[in-house]
Amino acid sequence: MAKIKGAVVVNIERCKGCNLCVVACPSNVLALNKEANSKGYNYSIMVDPDSCVGCAACAYVCPDACITVYKVRV
Amino acid sequence: MTTNEIISPENLVYTKTKVLNDTPMHYCPGCSHGVVHKLIAEIIEEMDFQDKTIGIAPVGCAVFAYKYLDIDWQQAAHGRAPALATAVKRLLPDRLVFTYQGDGDLAAIGTAETIHAANRGENIAIIFINNGIYGMTGGQMAPTTLLGMKSSTSPNGRTAPLNGNPLDITKLLAQLEGTCYVTRQSVHNVASVRKTKKAIRKAFENSMEGKGTSVVEVVSTCNSGWKLSPAASNDWMVENMFPAYPICDLKDL
Amino acid sequence: MNDSKKQNIEEVRLMKGNEAIAHAAVRCGCDGYFGYPITPQSEIMETLMELEPWNTTGMVVLQAESETSSINMVYGGAGCGKRTMTSSSSPGVSLMQEGISYIACAELPCLIVNVMRGGPGLGTIQPSQADYYQSVKGGGHGDYKLITLAPASVQEMADHTVLAFDLAFKYCTPALILADGVIGQMMEKVVLPPFQPRLTEEEIREKYPWATLGKPSSRKPNIITSLSLEAEEMETINLRLQRKYREIEKNEVLFEEFSCEDAEYLVVAFGTTARVCQKAVEMARAEGIKAGLLRPITLFPFPTIAISNYADKVKGMLTVEMSAGQMIDDVKLVVNGRVPVQFYGRMGGIVPSPDEVLKALKEKVVK
Repeated sequence: MAKIKGAVVVNIERCKGCNLCVVACPSNVLALNKEANSKGYNYSIMVDPDSCVGCAACAYVCPDACITVYKVRV
Repeated sequence: MTTNEIISPENLVYTKTKVLNDTPMHYCPGCSHGVVHKLIAEIIEEMDFQDKTIGIAPVGCAVFAYKYLDIDWQQAAHGRAPALATAVKRLLPDRLVFTYQGDGDLAAIGTAETIHAANRGENIAIIFINNGIYGMTGGQMAPTTLLGMKSSTSPNGRTAPLNGNPLDITKLLAQLEGTCYVTRQSVHNVASVRKTKKAIRKAFENSMEGKGTSVVEVVSTCNSGWKLSPAASNDWMVENMFPAYPICDLKDL
Repeated sequence: MNDSKKQNIEEVRLMKGNEAIAHAAVRCGCDGYFGYPITPQSEIMETLMELEPWNTTGMVVLQAESETSSINMVYGGAGCGKRTMTSSSSPGVSLMQEGISYIACAELPCLIVNVMRGGPGLGTIQPSQADYYQSVKGGGHGDYKLITLAPASVQEMADHTVLAFDLAFKYCTPALILADGVIGQMMEKVVLPPFQPRLTEEEIREKYPWATLGKPSSRKPNIITSLSLEAEEMETINLRLQRKYREIEKNEVLFEEFSCEDAEYLVVAFGTTARVCQKAVEMARAEGIKAGLLRPITLFPFPTIAISNYADKVKGMLTVEMSAGQMIDDVKLVVNGRVPVQFYGRMGGIVPSPDEVLKALKEKVVK
């Protein structure tokens, strides 16, 4: 059976660490990083990339359009 | 397959539209404005209307909307966006003209302009961000502030005898002969974001088809003004704002 | 003979000043009129609605829900590089001040017509000139000026409509026609301006590259705004505005002189009052008093040099206004104490008579 694998890329400097993508992700892929970007925001990162299915829920709800999503069937 | 292998142009499913430029938005983290800006930009790109769109920015938090969407913009005086839009659309009937207004702009200081533009059936789209508070000036009471809701000018909660009742202007606008499409949406989860995008697209298409005025209210959060986290604001909105401002199409001709 | 030639024949017509403005607007390629009825200028929109220019030149005419809305419609249209205008009378123009301030700061051209009536408050529907301060000193908030034209005849109502648009577009700033109820309501002979077509969109894109007509991929977005939160940036904008006003002062002063060559006493008056004063000057001359009249046609820019030159020649000046005395401040600033400057005026909608002016001249200035 084909499996869908996804990946997200967060524009770190654009991210404000609002956490809405973390809440929206159905697979708990994302979390806020302990390190902050140059503006002092704890930006979003993939903490469990293997669980990402590329559904783009994070990107849809992101108010700062800083998430790019990729998806592939493997 | 590693994450780095997946991250490749042929696997792209979602990225920021180019109509939304690279200028970081000034909005607070988690603000609904950003999502709605993004949706408008995506729709303009999908309709291939970047060269045919004139946006009218309000006074309020979204006053700088013109910094983020790469289209022609006019920034109106407080509440007057529908008046500007009226003239722009009448003088350039084949252009897409929309206003982007908050609750203070649209439902308080600009009530007359809003109602009369809608009543004339101007072929414009009105995007109405209702978060029940004045964000830009620091959390004062809005016409749409709920009864009991605290703001810096209703510190003990809004009461009808002291502050008057919340104004459901969208319901009013739906009563007018000039409106063709009046809907109330939100952007707090994936499903609602998708629905709002469809609604704004429909509003834009209506205005290009000359059907009259379309109004898309987006019940929104102001987590700074509400003094909650972005996620908690969404929950608070669902629990408190939705009963007063239910998500539905109020009119769809 | 084709239609356009027929239209351009100089034909003398009889009409009200308000009607002349409406006809002139259509003829000079105006793209849009947005207004709200108020006495004594409602004939402007009424005439436009009768003319139905949307069927001929394509001009948009819309009755708005308020003066606030009207001026903001003008703002929207002006931002598209279109020739847009509104008209009102004193209380309505007060209501427009917010929008005018925005338009001035956004550096957009437009025409505002104020057919003044007596104030303050709801006042009266009779003629007045008490909006002088409001017109030439700014009116709304912030440091800005309006090019202010003061017609004194129906002919000038027509001519100034064309001139005001031309100046507004030359300097990208709002222009104001400051008339009064007499000029608006009275009927006179007028030769209307020749027809000129409205600009095409291509012409607007070429002449006014700032216009918001939709962003082609070849340029950056055009943004019409009056907001700059950075103080340095806002000061830069203010400095640019002030440079523009100095240019206007240098280039665009208009005034008319009557019996001034050998004058010993100078009367300064504009609009309707200037007509009264012209008669008073004739009467004074008949009595052997060497009086002359200087009529500012532009109130901003004010004819400072001309008045200053007379301050070195005459024995005294009299300004006559339908107000408590507003323009007199500007005359006094120019004269700077060199000769006495006296005032005669009526308020509340009363037009002074030539007899009154002559009496005031004799009692206050000639002595």
